[in-house]
Amino acid sequence: MRRVVITGQGAINALGRSVGETLNAMQNGVCGIGPLDLRDVDRLSVQIGGQVKNYDPESLFTRQELTLYDKFTQFALIAAQEAFDQSGLEITDALATRAGAVLGTGGAGLETLDSNYRAVYEEQKNRVHPFVVPRLMANSAASNVSMTYNLQGPTFTVATACASSNHAMGQAFQMIRTGMTDVMLTGGSESMLVFGGIKAWEGLRVMSKDACRPFSKTRNGMVQGEGAAIFVFEELEHAKTRGAEILAEVIGFAMTSDASDIVTPNQDGAARAIAGALADAAIDREQVGYINAHGTGTTANDKTECAAVRQVFGAHADRLMISSTKSMHGHLIGGTGAVELLACIMALRDGIIAPTIGYEEPDPDCDLDVVPNEARDAKVDVALSNAFAFGGLNAVLALRKFN
Amino acid sequence: MSDSVKDKVIAIIAEQAVLEPSEVAMDATLEDLGIDSLGLVEAVFAIEETFDVQVPFNANDPADSDFDITNVSSMVTAVEGLVAAKG
Repeated sequence: MRRVVITGQGAINALGRSVGETLNAMQNGVCGIGPLDLRDVDRLSVQIGGQVKNYDPESLFTRQELTLYDKFTQFALIAAQEAFDQSGLEITDALATRAGAVLGTGGAGLETLDSNYRAVYEEQKNRVHPFVVPRLMANSAASNVSMTYNLQGPTFTVATACASSNHAMGQAFQMIRTGMTDVMLTGGSESMLVFGGIKAWEGLRVMSKDACRPFSKTRNGMVQGEGAAIFVFEELEHAKTRGAEILAEVIGFAMTSDASDIVTPNQDGAARAIAGALADAAIDREQVGYINAHGTGTTANDKTECAAVRQVFGAHADRLMISSTKSMHGHLIGGTGAVELLACIMALRDGIIAPTIGYEEPDPDCDLDVVPNEARDAKVDVALSNAFAFGGLNAVLALRKFN
Repeated sequence: MSDSVKDKVIAIIAEQAVLEPSEVAMDATLEDLGIDSLGLVEAVFAIEETFDVQVPFNANDPADSDFDITNVSSMVTAVEGLVAAKG
């Protein structure tokens, strides 16, 4: 089978407008979560989130573009540009049909939906903008990325709630690995920080009103974030031939379904996905040095995730590091696995482990090395990224340091 | 007044348990009634809608919430308190 490497990465989220800013914040344990700035916030019981502050789309896109781009598409395009520029790729006519874009999102064009529902229901307007549909459709970000970079091969959107990005990147990985394509732009984006998006989550009563504290005994729920991260996945020989800088190698992927409960996590389903990724990568569990946890900060997820890690890794569970960067950027739902992959690549490339901030008190149910509060220097050869979605859908990626 | 609060809370719980209200014992726990975490969240929502109150309940850690869900009786008492506090 062909080998797959990462040759570009881009990001925008509460921690920064680029990969550099994001990683710098992660290294310093910066919290990007704060008071939400959005319409009717006083009618929300949850008033915090990981928002992209002082966001000014008019400075980044033309007026014509903005009529077609919901915020989740804007975020994807911003991250895609950074990733594509870093990769140094040139999409020739020959490469165009061997290149595609698979992106994840949970809610797609929620800002468009929210504002247009307001217009027709609350303001009683009987006419909406002609581009409501192309703005809100779930494939809008993937389609616009493919149009921007002339990617004419497989292009689609994956929506598996909180696992969307990992499922998307898993698809991109498998397409290159099996010879279907040579280059893929992949990752995910989300812009759920609108009134309706938060109101819906409030209903489930799993949101924290003050902070995201994964693995801490004092944790009291998740906090939403927004943004995107996009990567360039490329076939190894293709990347080498053109002399590209290789950031990391993608070596394994697995996905499972709990087939049990629509919201409650399942230890066995998570464990099977983690073990499956190791098997797919054909590595021993002792090689794993770091896991970027799903780590939502809910009681149930963190406890179940730690039990699943123990189940798979046995005694090695006490030697590896596991952290949740959601404590800093919030839960980007369909974009979260993509932003979190940045922390895995940082661990492999730079030997810096992003911390779990907000950690206050040990929980016997989460007794792993969760890298509390401060980043750490460590040499890591293999890193995993976990994503466990509502609906019981689990997706785990395995990355290796590229020498 | 308090009887009607009690009857309404029991009716809400009975609906989640797929039972007749007469089959809901005051000392029954949610587990006895077969109500899972999703059922409980739905019941809390129905209580808020019915009485126009805010129930202090966090699904992350129901035992640690101010809303006492020990059994049907404790929930009725809690809702009566919320309704009384509303004035």
